Amino acid sequence: MKHTIMAAGLSVVAGAAFAQSPVLTVYTYDSFVSDWGPGPAIEAAFEAQCACDLQFVGAGDGAALLARLRLEGDATEADIVLGLDTNLTASARATGLFAAHGITPEGLTLPVAWDDAEFLPFDWGYFAFVHRTDLANVPTSFEALAASDISIVIQDPRSSTPGLGLLMWVQAAHGDNAAAIWEGLADNIVTVTPGWSEAYGLFLEGEADMVLSYTTSPAYHLIAEEDAGYTAAAFDEGHYMQIEVAGQLAGSDQPELAKAFLEFMLSPAFQEVIPMTNWMYPAALDPAALPDGFESLIAPAKALLVAQDEAPAIRDAALATWQAALAR
Amino acid sequence: MASRARPLSVIHWTGAAMVALVVLCVLVPLGAVMARADWPPSLGPGDWAAIRFTLLQAALSALFSLALAIPVARALARRSFRGRGALVTLMGAPFLLPVIVAVLGLLAVFGRAGWLNDALAGVGLGRIDIYGLQGVVLAHVFLNLPLAVRLILQGWQANPAERMRLATALGFSAREMRRHFEGPLLRAVLPGAGLLIFLICTTSFAVALILGGGPRATTVELAIYQAFRFDFDLGRAALLGLIQVAICVTAGVLAFGAIRRQEVGAGLDRPALPWPGDRAWARLFDAAAIMAAALFLLLPMLAVALKGLPALPSLPPQVWAAALRSIFLALASTMLAVALALPIALLTARLARPGLVEMLAFLTIAVSPLVIGTGLFIVIRSIANPVALALPVTGLVNALVALPFILRALVPAAITAEATQGRLADALGMGGLARLRHAILPRLARPLGFGAGLAAAFSMGDLGVIALFSMPGQGTLPLEMYRLMGAYRTDDAQGAALLLMALTLGLFWLFDRGGRLDAATR
Repeated sequence: MKHTIMAAGLSVVAGAAFAQSPVLTVYTYDSFVSDWGPGPAIEAAFEAQCACDLQFVGAGDGAALLARLRLEGDATEADIVLGLDTNLTASARATGLFAAHGITPEGLTLPVAWDDAEFLPFDWGYFAFVHRTDLANVPTSFEALAASDISIVIQDPRSSTPGLGLLMWVQAAHGDNAAAIWEGLADNIVTVTPGWSEAYGLFLEGEADMVLSYTTSPAYHLIAEEDAGYTAAAFDEGHYMQIEVAGQLAGSDQPELAKAFLEFMLSPAFQEVIPMTNWMYPAALDPAALPDGFESLIAPAKALLVAQDEAPAIRDAALATWQAALAR
Repeated sequence: MASRARPLSVIHWTGAAMVALVVLCVLVPLGAVMARADWPPSLGPGDWAAIRFTLLQAALSALFSLALAIPVARALARRSFRGRGALVTLMGAPFLLPVIVAVLGLLAVFGRAGWLNDALAGVGLGRIDIYGLQGVVLAHVFLNLPLAVRLILQGWQANPAERMRLATALGFSAREMRRHFEGPLLRAVLPGAGLLIFLICTTSFAVALILGGGPRATTVELAIYQAFRFDFDLGRAALLGLIQVAICVTAGVLAFGAIRRQEVGAGLDRPALPWPGDRAWARLFDAAAIMAAALFLLLPMLAVALKGLPALPSLPPQVWAAALRSIFLALASTMLAVALALPIALLTARLARPGLVEMLAFLTIAVSPLVIGTGLFIVIRSIANPVALALPVTGLVNALVALPFILRALVPAAITAEATQGRLADALGMGGLARLRHAILPRLARPLGFGAGLAAAFSMGDLGVIALFSMPGQGTLPLEMYRLMGAYRTDDAQGAALLLMALTLGLFWLFDRGGRLDAATR
């Protein structure tokens, strides 16, 4: 107990020492701030140029982040929220808490056009089913997967962003036929996990042939573990994208600093950290500058994405379809 | 009863205040969430199905845990063998594990690619499928069987040796032992233990979803996640929280209503003697029960240990720092939990209907951690920065959640102590602190050690509310383990899981041992 009180006391003292330089508070998801995520390197790089104290606050994942922001409302301490994706931006915008960034982003390397007054992208990826390279008869579409006896593990869309991404993927690729696809997939699904970590863990333990993750996941195994034994299955109907964005709060007491951070976010100093910490594609970095190994990843022929403002309605309908198809 | 004639003392009033405090700690956050909600709140279409599934799986899990725990506890109570103490401690471990570690361990044995299926395939038999209701119940039994065994064992050990001596002298048969001895004992212990396990299982979320195999296995806790994260419907989240309160109170009335104050046998605290009415087949049955339970509980732990061992020496320094933070947090939570539990247990022991007070304390495990965490966040935000208070708040919540476990261990012993040594102390005119110190507390040492061990282990292994408040450099060991998993660092995560398992077990063993040492030297 004494130590926790001491720790609390120290953080108060530390806060007081920094009181001279302005503080920029960035809310983001927990894996971003962890020691294994991009947070520490990005904090150091920005503080080297801003004469400020950049403080990350972690809150679950993207959806938890938005819930946290809604809970705090106008009174939030956040100057920047970083880590929402395009499935969440419409709801985030509707809170009225975000300000226009006033930046014309240059050199974006997203496969889709980006024009948004409040949110700027910092990284992106394609959802995909990851498997070991020795898997036979790798399916090339949802129909082929449903017809096969290949087992998959996926995440629950209600508690996980990739889980929701899969829902949107099936919906964007198959529209009215989505219910039939899900009914076909039901016997392939070993189980549904609360989050990405559990699903990926189950896959690595051999509980399923494939796991819903990203096309960039094999890069981790290749680069960090020097294991070329993983790849992602390319689907003919295209792959749904996750674009992760940040925005600045209208109520921020550091609007200049917040804008400077968003500009920094699109600069190489931030972007170069992303590939090997978040294991996603940076949103504004020349593909030639990607680490060795990224060139070996599959490149989907078609990028699928539901328009931001249509996402909430499609999401609710897709969830109902998913639950009905799998609740048998 | 003589004890009821005595007026309540300061310690009992403290107990009453503690109960009020605990109830407030649950209801105020619930109210805070409710206050922020749109009025009137309503349930969603899938919520009733979630409530039904939650009740079904929790009832089945509690039932199977108890049914399997009885033969194991009986076997452990009446047999002594080399390594029995170590086995009892080790077998307690599943209960102390973070959920995801336990699930991965369980799947290593029972999963599609697990040892059991490999063995079945090896002898040409069909595969078993763990995913479904059977998997949910299996996992909950794995997690809670140890708790059930220990609580029943505790009841057995509380039986005075003089009664055994008498039973031996009278030449009791096995059937007479069951009727006069085990029957009353189980009737006293089972409702409380069953209620505790039932309530733990009602807030299950990850285990039920992963092993349930999909959205069929949606529990109330997952419905709350959906309400909160997906729909941002605070009213529905709070309403589901209130339904959890109702489930807890109803189950509490049913379970504790079954308990009547019973005649407590007084004895001289001597160790138990050989079991009367023992037969060769009973010895065989006991050996089988112990072996089966040990295999069931220890194999998944062995899997966790084997996977974690290679990464253990090279764990990143942040993991060790988080481990240290977690140990301090667990010790602080335990002290707080004991300070809450002791007065409540003493108060409970003096009441005609002890179950009702204890049931109120059980609210802390029956109500969604997400709702309580969110409510606390709203409340704390109005007075201070919740992020700066992340560790103290996590400690407080861990202490509250550990409270029911300590109480379940303490209350039966406190009732016995009041009825036996307490009566003696009254006859001697002993009062106040002297009565507490010399007559009551010595009888509570063993259950207090056990309860404190549970609290420490629980606080160590639980992810808790820190995930809601997290800040860089403040992570606890379970949080760091999840972060490693989330960053693809599976090997390090498995090493961290092993470290967590070892530290948790170590803490539990220290407390439990401390309580037993005292009891053994008398």
